[in-house]
Amino acid sequence: MSTGSVSPSQTNDGLSTSGPVKEARRRSWWYRHGRTTLVWSLRAGALALFLLLWQLAGNLVANPMFVSNPIAVGEQLIDWVQDGTLGTHTWITIQEVVLGYVIGALTGALAGFVLASIRIVYDVFEPFMMALYSIPKVALAPLFIVWFGIGLDMKVILAAVSVFFLVFLNTAAGVRDVDRGLIDAVRLMGGSNKDVAFKVVLPASMSGLLTGLKVSIPYALIGAVIGELVASNRGLGYLINDAAAQFNTAGVFAAVVVLTALAMVLNALVSVLSSRANRWKPLGAE
Amino acid sequence: MSVVLEVEHLTKEFQRDDVATVALRDFNLTIEQGTFVTILGRSGCGKSTMLNLLSGLSKPTSGRVLHRGEAHTGPTPDIGYLTQTDTLMPWRSVRRNVEMPMEIAGVEKSEREAKALDLVATVGLSDFADNYPRELSGGMRRRASLARMLANGAETILMDEPFGALDAQLRSELQVELLRLWSRTGHTIVFVTHDIEEALLLGDRVVVLGPLGTILLDQEVDIERPRDPDETKVRPRFVELHSTLAAALKKGAR
Repeated sequence: MSTGSVSPSQTNDGLSTSGPVKEARRRSWWYRHGRTTLVWSLRAGALALFLLLWQLAGNLVANPMFVSNPIAVGEQLIDWVQDGTLGTHTWITIQEVVLGYVIGALTGALAGFVLASIRIVYDVFEPFMMALYSIPKVALAPLFIVWFGIGLDMKVILAAVSVFFLVFLNTAAGVRDVDRGLIDAVRLMGGSNKDVAFKVVLPASMSGLLTGLKVSIPYALIGAVIGELVASNRGLGYLINDAAAQFNTAGVFAAVVVLTALAMVLNALVSVLSSRANRWKPLGAE
Repeated sequence: MSVVLEVEHLTKEFQRDDVATVALRDFNLTIEQGTFVTILGRSGCGKSTMLNLLSGLSKPTSGRVLHRGEAHTGPTPDIGYLTQTDTLMPWRSVRRNVEMPMEIAGVEKSEREAKALDLVATVGLSDFADNYPRELSGGMRRRASLARMLANGAETILMDEPFGALDAQLRSELQVELLRLWSRTGHTIVFVTHDIEEALLLGDRVVVLGPLGTILLDQEVDIERPRDPDETKVRPRFVELHSTLAAALKKGAR
């Protein structure tokens, strides 16, 4: 990409290029990383300020137990890490969330792509899908307990169902938004239905799919944690329930902090994926 | 000379609710092998509709389009069509866009890569072969589309105001390039434009369209080739034909 060519008009036969010219331009460290550094320092500052205020609030309110404080939460986390409680429960939740997310995302993407590609099928099933999507998935938890018991399966399925609809609807919207002109262009090249599906519809629906993947991360967590809250003796949801039952607010916050960290790791993974898939988006438009 | 495209009693309507918009009515046209035909008409006279029908993208309401004597059933790679709007795949770089028709035709990777680079150079985009369409200016995208259409290897080429959005300089360079390409390959070209000068400069024959695709004038252009854009425009015959065409367009507007 870094062609430092100065006279593009010589590289082609006789046609003068009226477009912009490419030149090599070294950027300084600060130019490249200055803004990122600033943003991250400010973020760290905001977090520190929040923790400080939280700590102070613990001393001001009548009953410190209700709000707890960052130091107590930190101590609770260290305790749990040392006695292995945190490891076991977090691992359980990670399995539920990741399995649920992957299963939901794969089936959702596949269903969205296939259903939306076949117009008549989509027209028939769209209202049903919307109806199912509108059901609060929490309401299904008791049913899933009856069907799948109170083990890992139930949470995985609850998470997967929540993720499925979001990924499905976004992928389907992406498929249906494909520019007619692009499909016609492939037809004009003599492309078959398969060419249209794989060379146009699939890449064009990527941004819809990625939106679906992004917005469904919290729902995978919600599905798994709700499942644990409703019926379980393992996982972070159970840990929250258990700590709350003992009026251990520091414990509740500690479990929530771990859940947040988990969500952020998943977010970061999907962001890496989407920035790779969206390389063609215009320069300077994030 | 053999006939490549033949349009017989073609009518095209677009139905919406209880109203049909008639774009073409009882339209007839014959395009002969190896000729450069320019279709001249004002906006909205059905030029694009006609090209869509010739390319096989849309179906006529009545009448038929014959391609080499056979009724047209759908788009074929034998007919290249450069549409008015950009249809480059935004997720492919210029080079990969140009490779696309060859990919579909099943050309081997190394061969299509070489040919694509060659075509990209022909349209003067060598430095931007690895850029994505959205990083290019409108004119550059147009040239990339042109390169992609040429990659199709079609013998019949339909062009819908391909140089309309370009600056005058680049437009005349591409016109010369197109004429050179045409004289080298003997393609059949149907070129739609609303610019009288462009129509005269390029075509063997200018068909002037009026409302609903009525043919106002079908004029042979008897100016010898090669035609240099600057020099041809001042020839007496060019000026004479120019006023004939302008008069025909004006008559159609009434």
